[in-house]
Amino acid sequence: MRRLGLVLLLLGAALVFVGAPGGPARAVLPDEILDDSVLEGRARELSKVVRCVVCQNESIDSSNAELARELRLIVRERLVAGDSDQQVLDFLVARYGDFVLLRPPFRPATYFLWFGPLVFLGVGVAGLALVLRRRRLQPAAEAPPLNAEERGRLARLVEEEGQESRAGNRLPEGGGS
Amino acid sequence: MTKRLLFLLPALIFVFVAGYFIWGLVSERDPRAVPSALVDKPVPQFDMPPLEGTGLPGLATADVTDGTVTLVNVFASWCIPCRAEHPQMLELGEMSSIRLVGINFRDKPEDALAWLEELGNPYQRIGVDARGRTAIEWGSSGVPETFFIDKTGKVRYQHIGPILRRDLEETVLPLIEELN
Repeated sequence: MRRLGLVLLLLGAALVFVGAPGGPARAVLPDEILDDSVLEGRARELSKVVRCVVCQNESIDSSNAELARELRLIVRERLVAGDSDQQVLDFLVARYGDFVLLRPPFRPATYFLWFGPLVFLGVGVAGLALVLRRRRLQPAAEAPPLNAEERGRLARLVEEEGQESRAGNRLPEGGGS
Repeated sequence: MTKRLLFLLPALIFVFVAGYFIWGLVSERDPRAVPSALVDKPVPQFDMPPLEGTGLPGLATADVTDGTVTLVNVFASWCIPCRAEHPQMLELGEMSSIRLVGINFRDKPEDALAWLEELGNPYQRIGVDARGRTAIEWGSSGVPETFFIDKTGKVRYQHIGPILRRDLEETVLPLIEELN
């Protein structure tokens, strides 16, 4: 009985999640949509990579801000006027800079951004390889044999350990004798 | 010796990364500020109708690129920070070395008119940008914003947010002096 309740609860939560508003595409209003479905498709794809500059990390496709709406209309107007996708993006970049693009452009100033993670991964892998190779080349160097004094100390330690354990006076760790 | 330095490396990396984070937390950098793309570029093309009732002409590209240092202030009656910067606008409107013009952004004309009547009108020209299209041409992302145009008709600075007393003294007045 309790299990059934849990299942129902989870199902309800899943339904709420799936049906929740605010997913992409909700922001586009009916009056914005172009009659030409090919152009509309291009407009939608472009809108997904253009940042709504007042809402920061949202695309104009998913933002309800008025500026985002106006930018969506501009994208469509320019497509209707015959612009290529790149020309539309260039138009926006000329006004708002690279910031308006959600996907940073690939150019010398952004090489570090694009290659940085690869460089760090490479450094990590190289370091690991170096450590592993060194470990294989010099398998734990043989410890030099004990000299007379060390052998004597070892013998004493073993003897003391034996006496302590017989007296039931073992260390908490158990000593492992 | 080199081995000892190698052991210090993680600590050095930590100090570097932590320093970067601390800078991000305490520096005055505003992460919401949109970088200006129009700086050092010519004024964009636009033509806006006047705000009826003010008796002032509208605003077009040619009106701000005729060799006078011009401040273009984007404002709206519904914009609270605009109210905070208005005393500074009145002061700038008094200056003879510059021309101050306004873009009335996404506003109801009657509200804009009432706002100017209540607080005073510092602008020599006002263009009505009912849908915000001209603001987009300027690469503006909200109100208030102020663009500084030099004698050659180029945008030299975009001030995002209200011009408060401190901004006026530290940024705006020195810049006006430089542009003249």
